[in-house]
Amino acid sequence: MSQAAAAVQTDTHAEHHEELSFLYKYILPVDHKIIGMQYIFTGMIMAIIGGYFAYAFRMQLAFPGELVPLYGLVGPGEYNMLVTNHGTIMIFWVAMPVLIAGFGNYLIPLMIGCDDMVFPRLNRLSYQIFLVSALVLIASFFVRGGGFGGAWTSYPPLSSVAEYSLTDWGASLWILAVALEFVSFLLGGINFVTTSMNARAPGMKMLDIPIAVWFIVVAVILFMASVGPLVAGAVMLFMDQRIGTTFFLPSGGGDPLLWQHLFWFFGHPEVYVVLLPTLGIVAEIITVFSRKKLFGYRTVLYTAFATGGLSFVVWAHHQFIAGIDPRMANVFTVTTVLISIPLAEMMFSYIATLYGGSIELKTPMLWALSFIAAFLIGGVTGIYLGASAMDVYFHDSYFVLAHFHYTFFPITIIGMFAALTYWFPKMFGRMMNETLGKIHFWGTFIPFNCIFLPLFFLGLAGQHRRIYNYEHFPDLATQELQNIRIFATVSLVVMLIFQLVFIYNFFVSMFKGKKAPNNPWNANTLEWTIPSPPQHGNFKDLPTVYRGPYEYSVPGREKDYWPQNEPPEEN
Amino acid sequence: MIEYFVENASSFAGDIDNLFLVITLIIGFWFFLTFGILVYFIVKFRRKDGVKAKYFAGEKHSETKWTHYPHYAVIAMDVVIIAVNIMVWVNIKQTLPPRDNLVRVIGQQWTWSFIHAGPDGELDTPDDVATVNDLHLKLGDTYHFELQSRDVLHNFAVPAFRLRQDAVPGRTISGWFKPTKTGTYDLQCAEMCGYGHGIMGAAVTVHSAESYETTMAQIQNGTYESHYQKRMGTKTSLPSNTSQVDEEGSFAVLLASIF
Amino acid sequence: MSMHGPIATHRSATGVPSGRLAIWWLLASEIFIFGGLVTCFVLFKLNGTPGFEDASLTSTAAGAINTFVLLTSSLSIVLAHAAIEKGDRVKSFRYIWYTIGGGVVFLGIKTYEYTGKIIHGHVITENLFWSFYYTMTGLHALHVIGGMVIMALISFDIRKGHNYQRVELIGIYWHFVDLVWIFLFPLLYIANF
Repeated sequence: MSQAAAAVQTDTHAEHHEELSFLYKYILPVDHKIIGMQYIFTGMIMAIIGGYFAYAFRMQLAFPGELVPLYGLVGPGEYNMLVTNHGTIMIFWVAMPVLIAGFGNYLIPLMIGCDDMVFPRLNRLSYQIFLVSALVLIASFFVRGGGFGGAWTSYPPLSSVAEYSLTDWGASLWILAVALEFVSFLLGGINFVTTSMNARAPGMKMLDIPIAVWFIVVAVILFMASVGPLVAGAVMLFMDQRIGTTFFLPSGGGDPLLWQHLFWFFGHPEVYVVLLPTLGIVAEIITVFSRKKLFGYRTVLYTAFATGGLSFVVWAHHQFIAGIDPRMANVFTVTTVLISIPLAEMMFSYIATLYGGSIELKTPMLWALSFIAAFLIGGVTGIYLGASAMDVYFHDSYFVLAHFHYTFFPITIIGMFAALTYWFPKMFGRMMNETLGKIHFWGTFIPFNCIFLPLFFLGLAGQHRRIYNYEHFPDLATQELQNIRIFATVSLVVMLIFQLVFIYNFFVSMFKGKKAPNNPWNANTLEWTIPSPPQHGNFKDLPTVYRGPYEYSVPGREKDYWPQNEPPEEN
Repeated sequence: MIEYFVENASSFAGDIDNLFLVITLIIGFWFFLTFGILVYFIVKFRRKDGVKAKYFAGEKHSETKWTHYPHYAVIAMDVVIIAVNIMVWVNIKQTLPPRDNLVRVIGQQWTWSFIHAGPDGELDTPDDVATVNDLHLKLGDTYHFELQSRDVLHNFAVPAFRLRQDAVPGRTISGWFKPTKTGTYDLQCAEMCGYGHGIMGAAVTVHSAESYETTMAQIQNGTYESHYQKRMGTKTSLPSNTSQVDEEGSFAVLLASIF
Repeated sequence: MSMHGPIATHRSATGVPSGRLAIWWLLASEIFIFGGLVTCFVLFKLNGTPGFEDASLTSTAAGAINTFVLLTSSLSIVLAHAAIEKGDRVKSFRYIWYTIGGGVVFLGIKTYEYTGKIIHGHVITENLFWSFYYTMTGLHALHVIGGMVIMALISFDIRKGHNYQRVELIGIYWHFVDLVWIFLFPLLYIANF
């Protein structure tokens, strides 16, 4: 053990604290648990906005030209704004804050056995910048011209010239909001990496760290390494918009494709940035609810590293037909198809974890297993798109859309519900209602498939994206295809209605649910060794770790779990 | 499978459809196998009273072979997919076969313009024929296209040809196709280009040789009736008021009409 | 040693203090930001984009002096660190302010340069070279200013006897700012390479 760790105070954190005011406890907290919940709640509110936008544009697609109930008329400009901001919100203001900043903040100090993040005030600042970024984005909807409508990929010259986009200040506030969100996560990432590397409990070796922590940290590293060039690009785009530079304008010597490279150099690692935390959460849940050690901990770790590393050399598969040199496309097709390999091995390892298990299908487990099932579809359909010649047909079609919803929806929504239902008892000290949980699960998972599976077929039919009304394309304006669109929309409405079950369950359980014990799931990781909810400072006595996190059903032991901090038995 | 939904009207459409089939067979095999095993494990290893879970780390070879060997098989099949793909890609995007005909395609917010080369086979000569939103092609001719944009990114997309190519302002991008079936097909803009992206369609008509000459002559002497306009008028078979569909009652009807 | 903050802040499973770890991670992300800009600049230049010969119009003398100024200020922050390692608060305070002074000189020369160029019509929108010139040096200057502000705050803190370790940390940051400039100088001031 290093000297610095040995010099640590042995008295606990909670000794000298005056009771904090409401302001400093809930509005300006430095406590990682409260900051984590701030991120989660903000993310959930943004999810409602993002989902509302999806409702509005899908209603327009199913019933073109009709007034959308609870929204209004969705014309061509409005439609573009809705799809643009739906995508942007779901990725940057739902997936990242809930899975990474929210659960990362809440869980990392608990799971590694310390009392907070290494830099609590930086942590608070990260959230504040994040909140400002959300407000800037929302403000963009109310300026003249309305919110930005150039798609979440924001390709110039459409996004850099106001006469082309017709959403002058919307576009600038949008890119400003995204840039602020990037800064917030860069700062937050410093905390996560430093804390995980340095503040681990004594005895917690690298291979004793829970996969959820590992994967959040790897995600944050991927983010930090990939977002830099796009921050540069965002500055350039903002300047093109507002000052009249021509970084991306051919008439001024610039190149529209430069933006694409900068965007996708980040954009591809970004999908693994959001994927890895959910994979980590799923690993925690499937081990607990199958009472089984994770299969191939090191393999799982190495495949995550390999996927992360490879993710930096696949980006131009988003640009196969964008005007890049066609010979380059061959390089990227090879790397893209190959990246399926480590990911496949990880999936095999997760499934192998279930082998010989004692599986209990409680709500969190249902979510975790459905993640694997749905992500399998998302993953294999990605192979089509990685094949450059196939992409000649599928580029910007609903096949792409169905593929990425079969990855992003499991990542963001299923991952969020898995984490929320699993850690709710710890966070709020009460149990959620299991029956309502199951109803919500099936009412979400089945409609989800009903929305997106048909969209693959629309893609096969050549239906292109970001079109507000397919009546203008006679080959696509058939009754059969329109029926598919209506079916998908109706399924979405059904799914949205079932979310009311969750909202009810979530808030009622928070106040009236059965009181939760320290360890309702009989899990091994350190957050389950302390009261639910944890006291300030987390651990009355900071733990020492003696084993890895997945020692379930160890032969010869009476209990089928073995918390990491339990001292070894003297034999 | 794609042919079920869309016409196969170009010389390489079949290659793409075959590639789709190859990929589907391979990933379909993997998907159903993996999914099947997942479901099987969930069912077989449900919690039973008195039955404890197994304990193994997945580090010994006897255990890891179950993920390693499938993993190698995945690699092998990926190589097959890559090989077939590259063959098709090289044909479509990396080669430019000798041409029989030439057309310039210009995208702008929010219309397509086409300059057909005329009998001399060259562009920018007096016998060029210019149209808006109507592309006319001669069956069996190998066409080169010169793709341009006047403002933002657009994408020249003809699903029936299985063709898509981004149009980038400041550049002329070349490609080729060979129409193999007469008929009129959708042309789409498949790259977000702003407010009117959703109306930026056009009509591609593949003619027999005589029909082609007749049409070109009509365009030049002013008697031409736009195929695009005609299609937009008659082909929309959507009911104008679709609010009769309500969620509870017509669900079964919907399902029945789709499948 | 600070007694504030959670126990987490003082742990070090890696043996490297958390503050130093954090600064290195911050710099890693900054390298990607500046690296992105520099790469774009180089790609445009290699592509023969018109305007990049204007690198001959920037004052090589001013750029060279600024390089020297930054290098010297990097030296003074190293000396400030050496002083605080020995516990000499007064000397360290002085050297920190020499470093800040170097930053002031740097910014002064840049202001003189910008003014001169703008008066001659070389504004940011003139061509891509000038767009990059102002963007890259402007972003760099913002980092210089930020560094100076933080350095000043740290100097007052150490004078009161707190947080000596932060002198080294801001020193590392300042070296990075220096290093970025060393990349910008040849790209923006020397035309043919």
